[in-house]
Amino acid sequence: MHKLTMAEAIREALREEMRRDPNVILIGEDIGIPGGWGGPFTVTQGLAEEFGNERVIDTPISETGIVGIAIGAAIMGLRPVAEVQYCDFLFCAMDQIANQAAKLRYMSGGQIKIPLVLRAPTGATGRGAQHAQSLEGLFTSIPGLKVVAPSTPYDAKGLLKSSIRDDNPVLFFEHKLLYGSKGARKERGGVELFGEVPEEDYAIPLGVADIKKKGKDITVVAKLLMLHRALEAAEELEKDGISVEVIDPRTLIPLDKETIIKSVKKTNRILIVDECPKTGGWAAEISSTVVEEAMDYLDAPIKRLCTYDVPIPFSPVLENYVIPTKERIIQTIREMLG
Amino acid sequence: MMGLGKEKLLLLYKQMLSIRLFEDRIYQLFLQGMIPSTLHQYQGEEAIAVGVCAVLNEDDFITSTHRPHGHAIAKGIPMEKIAAELFGKVTGCCRAKGGSMHIGDYSVGMLPAIAIVGSGIPIANGVALAFKLRRTKQVVVSFFGDGATNNGSFHEALNMGAIYNLPVVYVCENNFYGASTHISKVMKLENIADRASAYGIPGVVIDGMDVLEVYKVATEAVSRARDGKGPTLIECKTYRYSGHSRSDPANYRSKEELEFWKSRDPIVLFKKRLFELNILDEEADKQIKSEVEREIEKAINFAIESPSPPLEIALEDVYA
Ligand SMILES: Cc1ncc(C[n+]2csc(CCOP(=O)(O)OP(=O)(O)O)c2C)c(N)n1
Ligand SMILES: [Mg+2]
Repeated sequence: MHKLTMAEAIREALREEMRRDPNVILIGEDIGIPGGWGGPFTVTQGLAEEFGNERVIDTPISETGIVGIAIGAAIMGLRPVAEVQYCDFLFCAMDQIANQAAKLRYMSGGQIKIPLVLRAPTGATGRGAQHAQSLEGLFTSIPGLKVVAPSTPYDAKGLLKSSIRDDNPVLFFEHKLLYGSKGARKERGGVELFGEVPEEDYAIPLGVADIKKKGKDITVVAKLLMLHRALEAAEELEKDGISVEVIDPRTLIPLDKETIIKSVKKTNRILIVDECPKTGGWAAEISSTVVEEAMDYLDAPIKRLCTYDVPIPFSPVLENYVIPTKERIIQTIREMLG
Repeated sequence: MMGLGKEKLLLLYKQMLSIRLFEDRIYQLFLQGMIPSTLHQYQGEEAIAVGVCAVLNEDDFITSTHRPHGHAIAKGIPMEKIAAELFGKVTGCCRAKGGSMHIGDYSVGMLPAIAIVGSGIPIANGVALAFKLRRTKQVVVSFFGDGATNNGSFHEALNMGAIYNLPVVYVCENNFYGASTHISKVMKLENIADRASAYGIPGVVIDGMDVLEVYKVATEAVSRARDGKGPTLIECKTYRYSGHSRSDPANYRSKEELEFWKSRDPIVLFKKRLFELNILDEEADKQIKSEVEREIEKAINFAIESPSPPLEIALEDVYA
């Protein structure tokens, strides 16, 4: 075991997978430039030095080209880990992601597989509307894609390994405020997050949620930054004798419904906290699942605490207002418990 | 001087100085923690925004990028409104909802700057299409970086601008880097302007550190566009003195390279020229500089004293 930041844990997973399997290659903007950054959040630092520019491939600012080349390479048996600098730029490559990566296997009647990982930093960090979105929920509505969203260094390393070894296109969302990037790339407002991470090989299977805190009065489902806010809220409520169970789904597709349903059957209440917008969002999907499968167990209406349905505003006070805060989580839970 | 009177020449000089000193001052304030977010700054590239915008009328439009402060000042957004936006204050040009990367002011002909690389270029075409259909004789200029020219948006837009003969001028600020990546790593051509020939429009390479050359070539391209003769691609060779953004120490480039470009500083060069022409002397230069500094301080104070945005405006402007 050693203590790593999220950025370091992701880097370690990439390094170990590249050592293990020569088919693993990296492709993206500014990832292997000498004297550069190692991608926008330092994750790929040192990898070009170890694996050379044949396997750590710097690209032009050509998102469609990046995803397309990764798809083609994946079809031929390479295992590309492609990346965009901010998940907002996934939209630039939307055809390749949604019409190609997600569908080529199905359309071909299962002739081909696309073992591709597409890494994408998500979440708001004071940069304004085009560098701030939380898009992981949106991609869950495109059958053919797997969607992963780790919240701790341990989960990130283990889940990235599984994603790379998976034979399907996986969108791997990393929250900018959880990276723990240091020096010049440090994010204002970032969560100080060091986690114990095994040095030996381990993988966390996709589709297995993790109960990050056990509790009995109410279930809170949250991912990424919101998971940490939910945990802080739970800790504070604990002082008042309110016992919150906090579930981290870790992967959105496939989703571990069972863990959520089981928890609801125990606590009889559920709050979903999400940085994605509310309407048509991921929280609604969790909510519907609970209604379908555990309605009779509910003692209170399900609540969704999500980012308001607006583009993310620039001013820090406004950004802070539109995204769920610890205080609002606490308040909502108190209301739900009456 | 190319039909430019003394007053206009001095105005170009003053505008370039305004951009430089504004950016320097904003950087200081950023380091003091008074400005949120990050900054993509324009020091070194002033001759382009100023030389191009000097050709435009007030009702002509521009589109801009993640590096918009220079374009904003040159197109005439009051510095107060720019500064307040950077501070995240409600008096900013975008009511604190845009920020540094989205500065814009429709009333002076600058669309909100677009921070998705390349995405402003097709939109500029649409603005030009409206001008063309309404026969208004207005022109639009689209500013973008070298990095943007490797994006599909650039190629689709240049082709469409060409086939519809749109009144648009494409101005590429080639500062040789897209983020940390040198252009030679991601493009086989030496000159981006060569790409124009693929779309059947003129492409010109110019010295982006020479405001008069920029002005001259922009004049020709804007007249062409206004006369219904279609778009031009102008590639301005230039350099950004800062890192890509304010969190970038720029360790991927050499000191010598930076020093080389600083020795060709657009403001120093132009000042020398104005001295030679007897249009400017030390006394007048000092005066212009202190005037610019006063304007900047006024703008900064306005921003500092402006109120934070009321929370409810976060929910406004989503739909018209
Ligand atoms: C589509 C897209 N991809 C990546 C980015 C991240 N990014 C922002 S600016 C930039 C470099 C842009 O280079 P260039 O166009 O040359 O403009 P410059 O910064 O040099 O002015 C990159 C990669 C982005 N904003 N949009
Ligand atoms: Mg550039």
